[in-house]
Amino acid sequence: MFSYLLRRLILVLPVAFGVSVICFLLVQIAPGDPLTAIMPVDATAEEQAAMRAAYGLDKPLPVQYAIWVGNLAQGDMGRSIATGRPVAGEVFGAVQNSLLLAVSAAVIAFPIGIFLGFLAGYFRDSALDKAVTAVSIAGVSVPNYWLGIVLVIIFSVNLGWLPSMGAGPGGSRDWSWNWEHMRHLVLPAVTLAVVPIGIVSRTVRALSGDILSMDFVQALYAKGMTRFDVLIHVGRNAAATALSVMGLQLGYLLGGSILIETVFNWPGSGFLLSNAIFQRDLPLLQGTILVLALFFVAMNLIVDVAQAAIDPRIKRS
Amino acid sequence: MSATELYDRLPDRGGPAQPLLTVRGLKKYFPIRGGILGRTRAMVQAVDGVSFEVRKGETLGIVGESGCGKSTTARLAVGLIDRDEGDIIFDGDALGDTLSLRELRRGIQMVFQDSYASLNPRLTIEESVAFGARVQGLSDPMGRAHGLLARVGLDPARFAQRYPHELSGGQRQRVNIARALAMSPRLVVLDEAVSALDKSVEAQVLNLLSDLRAEFGLTYIFISHDLNVVRYISDRVLVMYLGEVVEVAPVAAIWARQAHPYTRSLFSAMPSMDPDNRTEEPPLTGDPPNPIDPPEGCRFHTRCPFAATLCGRKAPQLRKIGADGHLAACHLHDPTSGHPKAGKIA
Amino acid sequence: MTLTEPLTSAPAPEARKGYWAGVAGRLARDPVSMLCLAVVAALILAAIFAPWLGLADPYKGSMIARLKPIGTPGHILGTDEQGRDMLARLIHGGRLTLFIGLMPVVFAFFIGSILGVVAGYVGGRLNTLIMRVVDVFFAFPSVLLAIAISGALGAGIVNSLVSLTIVFVPPITRVAEAVTSGVRSLDYIDAARATGASALTVIRVHVIGNVLSPIFVYATSLTSVCMILAAGLSFLGIGVRPPEPEWGLMLNTLRSAIYVDPWLSALPGVMIFVTSLCLNLLSDGVRSAMNVRD
Repeated sequence: MFSYLLRRLILVLPVAFGVSVICFLLVQIAPGDPLTAIMPVDATAEEQAAMRAAYGLDKPLPVQYAIWVGNLAQGDMGRSIATGRPVAGEVFGAVQNSLLLAVSAAVIAFPIGIFLGFLAGYFRDSALDKAVTAVSIAGVSVPNYWLGIVLVIIFSVNLGWLPSMGAGPGGSRDWSWNWEHMRHLVLPAVTLAVVPIGIVSRTVRALSGDILSMDFVQALYAKGMTRFDVLIHVGRNAAATALSVMGLQLGYLLGGSILIETVFNWPGSGFLLSNAIFQRDLPLLQGTILVLALFFVAMNLIVDVAQAAIDPRIKRS
Repeated sequence: MSATELYDRLPDRGGPAQPLLTVRGLKKYFPIRGGILGRTRAMVQAVDGVSFEVRKGETLGIVGESGCGKSTTARLAVGLIDRDEGDIIFDGDALGDTLSLRELRRGIQMVFQDSYASLNPRLTIEESVAFGARVQGLSDPMGRAHGLLARVGLDPARFAQRYPHELSGGQRQRVNIARALAMSPRLVVLDEAVSALDKSVEAQVLNLLSDLRAEFGLTYIFISHDLNVVRYISDRVLVMYLGEVVEVAPVAAIWARQAHPYTRSLFSAMPSMDPDNRTEEPPLTGDPPNPIDPPEGCRFHTRCPFAATLCGRKAPQLRKIGADGHLAACHLHDPTSGHPKAGKIA
Repeated sequence: MTLTEPLTSAPAPEARKGYWAGVAGRLARDPVSMLCLAVVAALILAAIFAPWLGLADPYKGSMIARLKPIGTPGHILGTDEQGRDMLARLIHGGRLTLFIGLMPVVFAFFIGSILGVVAGYVGGRLNTLIMRVVDVFFAFPSVLLAIAISGALGAGIVNSLVSLTIVFVPPITRVAEAVTSGVRSLDYIDAARATGASALTVIRVHVIGNVLSPIFVYATSLTSVCMILAAGLSFLGIGVRPPEPEWGLMLNTLRSAIYVDPWLSALPGVMIFVTSLCLNLLSDGVRSAMNVRD
């Protein structure tokens, strides 16, 4: 197990390197001069050159990259062009809110997805199975930013039950653990949960259906085991795969919440990202993407290791 | 089409005395990657210093257990796998020296064991047969394909347009033979080419191969684990064990006397049809050793009933043991080797 | 393959062509797939022929006719926040949405197939190089990658096409590589190589035909996601620029009307949902008609 862990950790390094290169290049592919926003309009050629040198933009790209990574290693992700505040602080504050949203959505989605998927797999080809399949296809097909709007229309505009904007009263940007803030969490979390419900139920349906039709299930019945005992056996077999799908979904929830956060003005990383895009705040854009991508990489790693811990077959391959 | 029109054989160059194919010191180690950085952890010594000659017009049978390097040797000779070391000399021209890989491929063709996997499922059989001739720029590839299909017993009017899955295994193997012949090769490597066929079909295909050899003046390397089939079709037999050649002899000589203990156990594993001639040698026990870490000295000494201390230390060389070109790599047959039973057995 | 028969009893040569006919036949017997095919075809045809359908001008607004409700005479589906006819904008909107939603998968299908087939066929260091780069892109959830690239490049149709193509090249490359490696190990490839044919010839004649259909089936399963992402980029304001009609962009600009006429503001999303649902169901139908297992 330890050598597997070590091997996986070492395999992550080139991926993390690649991720950092892509994030670095994001600023390079952006049209226009990154300094336009802060450069005085009447700057002379010398002043422009001095500014360029001050930001290190006069050096060749690999050197710029090395400096950037060196700063990253010390926790310095540069300063936001729009606010002048350090990017790191802004990003970590926002990622906490996104994580809250993603975990809430997962808490809603995973039990529902597992339950529906299992029902469908157990009663394969029944009307129930067809209904669950329809729900899961609708779930993966729905543009969730639109679903968010529809939920707002129903529960905020028409019924007036739930708030639709921000993380707290008056569209507050700060989260705290109280009833009023929780009410703000409901709609975005439910909206975000729809796609993973579709995917998890699909996966669990396929898994449980396949496993129930395997020979060893017949053998368990033949041994005189009860229906419940058999279910436990089947569950353990499906756990490793289901776990990996759900782990990845949690990663997707964090990265995929951007559109939902925009719909609900949720003060998370997606909200930060869309602000960064509109203010052409490239350091902020770069920092947010980097943190989200690295989080996703870490999530992948955790999933792989957890899966290997459950299913010893994986370690061998 | 007559045989001469069907066949644009490369001209003979060195005369009948020069071997058609000479392989010298052929080596191929496959790396096994693994570990934390995916470094090469070990090498499978698939083929380790194999040397042999194939004379013009003969059939050389290669036998041995699965995993002994027969197929790798064949693929190396055809140039499908790059060799690590060794010379491949085709009618006097060394590969990489005066002979290019493309020229070698024009001279040597191969027929594989799995008749289905060796035909592209999306091409009609005429397209499959014509492909090589087209690639090599030979004249009238389609006419050649039809002529060869007819020659291997498949009426082009009925079969040319069919797809591989519409044929039986024996029919597909006939297509594969036609496909190899479409390149007008001088040497055809038959890698377990009849092993997957039913016995009755196998006999038909073997007879076809014999006829084609005579008609087109072919030379064969015939790889098989079935000694009876090898005896039927081959002129000489080469025995391989763990990537090495242990014995080479004309068919009659080796059936009369198996010099190497491994050859002997291989032959004794073959059921005899004659009740008076029952197998008396003990059959070979255990699996062959791991080719990643083959035994020191003679590779067979771990399973050899005659193994002495010497055998675990010094690898025997292939040496002449009979007037008829009988070669064996065993200390027993070298009176000067120092093996306690040298020269006393067989 | 040890089954053998006498030389005379082989099935008819038509059996092979029967495969695609069989797939089409099974698909045609599936009412859900047929319905979805009809909807997608109707949407695409309507989008292509939108200018000739006698619809109102999708760009012409009216200050006095803003946000007319659904069912208004002369504006069957009402008008938007600038008084433009919704029906005309929805149908014209299909042109850009479907174009930006489908073309990246088409581009990625070609690019990813080439990269994957080359990586799978050549193997070795080139394979490692291509597949490690692909791995890096897999470190980004697709939404994040699309928004990151589009956010950096800025809004615009071409930029959206570029960023979405980049998003879908890695998954298609991965599938193409896996399928090609499988085919590469078969004897008929060795037999073709043994003729002295160049790698390019072997790939063209013997590899492409055997790997393209699984890659294609996989690519069709990506169209729905691509549609949603394309409209999502416009919804965020980093896709199509106003005043072009595009479903995601319309959904965005109509958000201001959510308290005035909520259901009107949700209409463009219905279009996105219906299209994406039909693409998904159709792709599932094709998969099961071809007997591809999940």
